[in-house]
Amino acid sequence: MLSRVADNLYWMSRYLERAEHTARLIGVGLTQTLDQDPESARPRWARVLEALHSDPPTAGADAYAITETLTFEPTNQSAIVTCVALARENARQVREQISSEMWEQLNRLYLRVRASSAAKIWQGEPIEFYQGVKEGAHLFQGVTDSTMTHGEGWFFIQVGRYLERAASTAMLLDVHFQPYLTAVPDAPLEFNDWVALLKCCTAFEAYCKVYTADVQPHTVAEFLLLDSASPRSLRFAADRIQRSLQAISHATGSRWAGRAERLAGRLRAALDYGQVDEIMAEDMHAYLNTIRRQCAGIHSAIYQAYVGYSAESALAS
Amino acid sequence: MLTDRSAREISHPLFANYLLDTAYDEMFDAEGQSRDHYRLLYRRLLELKASDLHERQRYADRTFLNQGITFTVYGDNEGTERIFPYDLLPRILTHAEWLVIEQGLKQRITALNLFLHDIYHDGRIFADGIIPRSLVYTCQHFRREMRGVEVPRRIYTSVVGTDLVRLPSGEFAVLEDNLRVPSGVSYMLTNRGVMKRAFPHLFADIGVRPIDHYGQALLTTLRSLAPPHTPDPTIVVLTPGVFNSAYFEHTFLARQMGVELVEGRDLLVHDAIVYMRTTAGLRRVDVIYRRVDDDFIDPLAFRHDTILGVAGLFNAYRAGNVVFANAIGTGVADDKAVYAYVPRIIKYYLDEEPILPNVETYLCDEPAQQRYVLEHLDQLVVKAVGESGGYGMLIGPHSTAAERDQFRQLILANPRNYIAQPTLQLSRAPCFIENQVEPRHVDLRPYILNGRDQITIIPGGLTRVALKKGSLVVNSSQGGGSKDTWVLFE
Repeated sequence: MLSRVADNLYWMSRYLERAEHTARLIGVGLTQTLDQDPESARPRWARVLEALHSDPPTAGADAYAITETLTFEPTNQSAIVTCVALARENARQVREQISSEMWEQLNRLYLRVRASSAAKIWQGEPIEFYQGVKEGAHLFQGVTDSTMTHGEGWFFIQVGRYLERAASTAMLLDVHFQPYLTAVPDAPLEFNDWVALLKCCTAFEAYCKVYTADVQPHTVAEFLLLDSASPRSLRFAADRIQRSLQAISHATGSRWAGRAERLAGRLRAALDYGQVDEIMAEDMHAYLNTIRRQCAGIHSAIYQAYVGYSAESALAS
Repeated sequence: MLTDRSAREISHPLFANYLLDTAYDEMFDAEGQSRDHYRLLYRRLLELKASDLHERQRYADRTFLNQGITFTVYGDNEGTERIFPYDLLPRILTHAEWLVIEQGLKQRITALNLFLHDIYHDGRIFADGIIPRSLVYTCQHFRREMRGVEVPRRIYTSVVGTDLVRLPSGEFAVLEDNLRVPSGVSYMLTNRGVMKRAFPHLFADIGVRPIDHYGQALLTTLRSLAPPHTPDPTIVVLTPGVFNSAYFEHTFLARQMGVELVEGRDLLVHDAIVYMRTTAGLRRVDVIYRRVDDDFIDPLAFRHDTILGVAGLFNAYRAGNVVFANAIGTGVADDKAVYAYVPRIIKYYLDEEPILPNVETYLCDEPAQQRYVLEHLDQLVVKAVGESGGYGMLIGPHSTAAERDQFRQLILANPRNYIAQPTLQLSRAPCFIENQVEPRHVDLRPYILNGRDQITIIPGGLTRVALKKGSLVVNSSQGGGSKDTWVLFE
């Protein structure tokens, strides 16, 4: 497979996962706002912004301004409209490699997001809009899995999705556990906030099945970090990343595959054998930071092995 | 079994707006009776209701849009993708008509390849005074970098799409040779796919020769050009990228052949060998079916201000390590002034009379002819020699005095750049237009593949239609459409 094609498939998948993640965070944020006074909503929106690496549009911005920035602001790299447009642009360049059903689904999502604006969705039912983006992304994944050959290209799509998911979930956990563990006095986390964290990961129902509705910070951490079966946990993501990289390396026979596979294996092993008590007793912020660094490391190892390798070293065989 | 043909068949209500004029009509003879090879279609049309036809037309349009069979309209920031307008009624050619076309095209492409080799090597044709050296060397598409380059098997043009028109006499003539990067073959193939679903029974009854093997034939042709030391050559299609108006066709052909579609940035040249960058490492490339113009193919050799091409590609080509289809510099024979010499070129190299005639052409560079052109601007079609796509031309009978004046100045300022031709009555074929069958002007672009051992011409081609009533311009950029082209079995 052409390196450029692999790169496009990988980024198409990553950007769409990013758009879905943003949509989930805003959707949950908006629902939560309904249950509280505007003053206590402020730290929650601050967390959403931090989890998405975004700055508030203005100091003291309200929910409308914040959702507008995160959804429709074209200069914001993690805005939903930007991510969906970039996903589509990547798909457009490899249209002959993906199924037409995939293209049509992504194109539909793009057209719907582009036709909306903050003013329009606030006039109507904003939560519906974010639900729609989430469903659009899920549909795309379903269509991808059932119409595309599960070969090398499909595995690049998998890697993109799960790397993005692992990195953004780690960041999301970090912004929630930092105030909890350092006990910031002016912003204590309530029961609702832990539920919201689970819902941001579409994991509340799955959590309840394992731990019942008794929502405690350390079980939330255990579930989102170490659960082996939830598609939203970091451990699950690490497992998929490693398996996909093995499949890619097998398909290409690349001589440079080793580093990416080794890094993915190390991440997976750490999560496979991790203990939530130890993680929380030690520096959890540093732990989550390490995971994000590992994800970045795997990303650049993949790029080095399959896309941006130097021509000189490739010729020196 | 024949229906009563005493009445003129053209007087049926479905054909109420169908008036015959001096142009050759593909469906009806001068008496208004359907021609033999059109009769089954004629009868089938009478059996159908206008709403049936309408339904089939809608079905066809939807299919094109859903499959993304579109072209990009330039000069639009949104990069609008439009479907190529499509007419439902096939254009039908008999076996005998096709034989003439086939022989004529083979003759023409053979002669033009000999010509291209000659002008880039010994220049015998200049020495013998058949065509002026200055005329060839001043062609916009002449590439002096190709002087003395040995092109593999001396095949300069492997993929050609020649534009033919049918004159009032019923005879076909060549309007343009497209020897650089002719497009439209994907429409020929997809039109056929849609027609098979719209009129399945008619196909079986009438006996239409298949064209579906084009992709395979193209692959075979490209393989046959590969350097000798490569038993299993790697072939790629080189596209300028997603913003090119023919990008759909590039992806389509790559898929049909099962080869990679690459952009300039996917390739690199090392020690005059071309590689493509894959996830499994660098892979050597042997044959490039390039859909990028000469100017943009290698910034080191040609235009420097481009990122579409690959640095060093021309060097690899000169070294014989990679083959291009088509070769560099073939556009010389597309120059409309050189076109005027093609009958003499055929005679010179093959010692044969041209099977397909040229359209009469006046060279503005020659004083006597220029005088004639300037005196008859209101009757002639004036064309810039290096343009295509219906741009840079004056259609005399449809022009204003101001436009004629503008062209007069242009011709006087740069006579070498212009030729003129009589305004042709292109033949007309039936089209389905707003619940009626009406005649529209058409041309025909068959696709020719020129490989090591043989010339293959797929029986069919792209029939382009000037969908605007009375219009003679068939180009898609100017409101043209297309229809399926049927060549019948013997």
